[in-house]
Amino acid sequence: MAARKSLYLAAGALSLPLLAMPALAQGAVGTDWRWLTFTVFAAIIGLTMFVTYLAAKRVKSAADFYTAGGGVSGLQNGWAIAGDYLSAASFLGIAGLISLYGYDGFMYSVGWLVAYITVLLVIAEPCRNIGKYTLADILAYRNDPKKTRVVGAISVITVSTFYLTAQMVGGGVLVKTLIGIDYEVSVVAVGVLMLAYVLFGGMVATTWVQIIKAVLLVIASILLVMFVWAPYGFSLPAFLEAAIGDAKVQAQVAALLGDASKNMTPAELGQRFLEPGLLFKAPIDQISLGMALVFGTAGLPHILMRFFTVPTAQEARKSVIWAMAIIGGFYVLTLFLGLGAAMNVGAANIRAIDAGGNMAAPLLAQFLGGGADSFFGNLFLAFVAAVAFATIVAVVAGLVLAAASAMAHDLYVGVIRGEHVTPQEQVKAARIATVIVGALAITIGIAAKGQNVAHLVALAFAVAASANFPCVLLTLYWKRCNTGGIMAGMVIGTCTAIGLVLVSPNMTYPLAVKAAAQKVVDGSVARYAAIAEAAASGDAAKVARAEKDKAALDKQVAAATGNLDRFKDERTSMVGLEKPLFDLKNPGLISIPLGFLAVFLGSLLYRDKRAEEMWDELYVRQNTGILAAKAQAH
Amino acid sequence: MSVSSTAASINWAAIDADPRFQLLHSRKLRFLMGLMVFSVIFYFLLPVGAAYFPELFKVKLWGPLNIGIAFALTEFVVAWAIAFFYSRRANREFDAMARELIRDAETIGRK
Repeated sequence: MAARKSLYLAAGALSLPLLAMPALAQGAVGTDWRWLTFTVFAAIIGLTMFVTYLAAKRVKSAADFYTAGGGVSGLQNGWAIAGDYLSAASFLGIAGLISLYGYDGFMYSVGWLVAYITVLLVIAEPCRNIGKYTLADILAYRNDPKKTRVVGAISVITVSTFYLTAQMVGGGVLVKTLIGIDYEVSVVAVGVLMLAYVLFGGMVATTWVQIIKAVLLVIASILLVMFVWAPYGFSLPAFLEAAIGDAKVQAQVAALLGDASKNMTPAELGQRFLEPGLLFKAPIDQISLGMALVFGTAGLPHILMRFFTVPTAQEARKSVIWAMAIIGGFYVLTLFLGLGAAMNVGAANIRAIDAGGNMAAPLLAQFLGGGADSFFGNLFLAFVAAVAFATIVAVVAGLVLAAASAMAHDLYVGVIRGEHVTPQEQVKAARIATVIVGALAITIGIAAKGQNVAHLVALAFAVAASANFPCVLLTLYWKRCNTGGIMAGMVIGTCTAIGLVLVSPNMTYPLAVKAAAQKVVDGSVARYAAIAEAAASGDAAKVARAEKDKAALDKQVAAATGNLDRFKDERTSMVGLEKPLFDLKNPGLISIPLGFLAVFLGSLLYRDKRAEEMWDELYVRQNTGILAAKAQAH
Repeated sequence: MSVSSTAASINWAAIDADPRFQLLHSRKLRFLMGLMVFSVIFYFLLPVGAAYFPELFKVKLWGPLNIGIAFALTEFVVAWAIAFFYSRRANREFDAMARELIRDAETIGRK
C-alpha cells in the first residue's frame, strides 16, 4: 500500500509541474493571473486525487475495477452519467453555439437530452438485468460468445477511440486556449491524471471523479446564470429583450446574414437571433445528426457501462431519471449562458479567442466577475477553466475504462483465455489494458495535433447508433435475432458509418481549401486598400477600427497562404476524392437503417440453435431481473 | 427464490409461458413502444419544423419569446414528463409484477 501511495503522489506531483510549466502562448487568462488559475486547478486535482486514494482501498476484484462492485446508488449514478456525458463539447460547445448563432445552438442541445428517453425506455434496465461488465456481455448472452465478443469489443474500441481522440485533441486545445500552456503538455497532463484515477481507483474513482465534476459544473453554471439573469429580475422576456436589443448581437446577425440583412432594422436583426436558420442550412443534416444522437447514446459503451455499476434495475431506472433532470436542467441553463455571453462579451470577442465559440462560457465568467483585470473576474474564469479541465479528465477516464474492459474482459479473458482465469489475473489484465489504452490516448492526442476532430464525436455517435444500438436492441427484444445478425450488424453498421464519413464533406478536400484560400488572398488587395484609406482619414475612431481590421485581415491572409502552401501538391482527400460524393455530413440517416437491416437479414440467413434455445431465459431475465443480483456476484 | 438458484435450476420456458409473465411483457412492451414512438416523433418535429416552417417558429408569443423558443423548451418538459410517466408506472405496476415472478421463479414449471 505504501508503494501505491507514493505512486499517487508521484502522479499528482508529475501533473502539477506539467501544468505550471511556463509557456509563451497567449491564453484567455492573463499572465498576471496564471498563479490564481493554477491554485484553483491544484485544489480540484488534489480533491480528485484524495478521492482516488480512498477508492483504491476498495478496488480488489475485477467487479470492483469495472463496475465499482455494483455498489453505486441510483442518485450517485445519475450524477456520474451526467458527468460522463456533459463533455467539453456539450458544456463549452453548446454555450458557444448559442452565443454565436442564437436559436439554432439551443435547438441543437435538445437532441442530447431526448437521447436519454431511448436509454431509459429500452436499454438501461434490460442491460442491468442480464449484463455484467461490458456491452459484449449482452451480445454474448445467447449468441456465440467468442464471435460476438470479438465484434462487440472491436466496435467498443472503435467508438471509444473516436470519442477519445476528440476529447484528447479538444482538451489539449482547450487548456492551451484557456491558460496558454503548450498543447503537448496539456495532453500529457490529461493522460497522466486520467491514468492515475483509472489505474488505482478503477470504476470507484472514475465514478467519484465524474460526480465531483458534474456537481462543480452545475454549481458553476447556476452561479453564472444567477449573475447574468438577476439584472432583469429573473424575467425571461426582459432577458430576451435585453439580448436582442444589444448592438453586439445585432452586429453578429448582420455579419452572419451578409447582404440579406441590408434592409433590416436593428430590432429585426436582434429578433432574428431568436429564430432558426443562422447555423443550420441543410435540414437533412440536422435530422441525420438527430437520429445519431437519439439512437447512438444508447449504444455508447461508456454510458452503457454505467448501468452495470448499480445493484438493480430499479436503481438503473432511477439513475437515468436523475441524469435526465441534471442534463436537461444544464442545457436550459446553457441558453442563458449563451445569450448572456452574446450580449455581455459579444460574438466578435468570443471568436477572437476561439473561432468555434468554445470560450463563450469562460469569458462570460470573467466578465461577470468584474472583467479581465479584476481578482474575481479571474477567479471565476479560473474556476470555469478548472471545471472544463476536470470535465475532459472525467470523460476520458470513462472512455478508457470502457475500452480497457473490452480489451481485457472480452478479448483477453473471454476469447483468448476462454474464461479460464483467476480473479488476480482478471484484475491484472484490466490494469494492463488500462495502461495500453491510456498510452494510446496520449499518443493519438499528440499525433492528431492541429487536426479538425470536431466531427469525430458525431462519428462516434453514428457508429454507436448504426452498429451497437441495433445489435443490443434486437438481441434483447427480437426472438429470431442470432449470431449471424450480430456479426452482420456490427460489421455493416460500423463500416457504412465510417465509410460514408470518409466520402462526406467532413473530410479535407485540398482543391476546395485551395480555392477558398486563393479567394481570400485575391480579395485581400482591395480590402487592404480600403483599410489604408480608412487609416489615412484622420478620424480617430476610424483609424482605431482600421488597425483592428488590418490585424484580423493579416491573420486571415496568413492562414490562407499557409493552406495554399500546405496543400500545394495535393489534389485529393484522404481516400482519393477531389470532392465529396454527397452532401450528407452525418451518416446516421443511411447507416442506422442499414445497420438494422443487416441484423435482420443476417439473423434470417443464419441458423443458430443456441440463440433460439436461450431466448426464453434472456427474455424472462431482461424483463423480470430474476438472478440479476447473482450476475455480478459470480 | 433461494440463494443457491442458478440459470440451470430455473424452468425459463415455463416462466415465459406463465400468464403472469405474458401479462407483464405485453403491457410493458405496448407501453414502451407507445412512449418511444411518441417521443421520437415529437423530437423530430423540432428540426423539421425549424427547417420547413420557419414562419410559424417566428410568431411572437410573449415579448420577444416566439413559438420556436417555446417549442424547444416544451421538448425539455415533454422529455421529463415521459421519464416521469414511465418511472411511475414501472415503480407501481411492473416492479410488483416482476417481484412476484422472482419469488416464484424456482417453483414455476416444477411438477
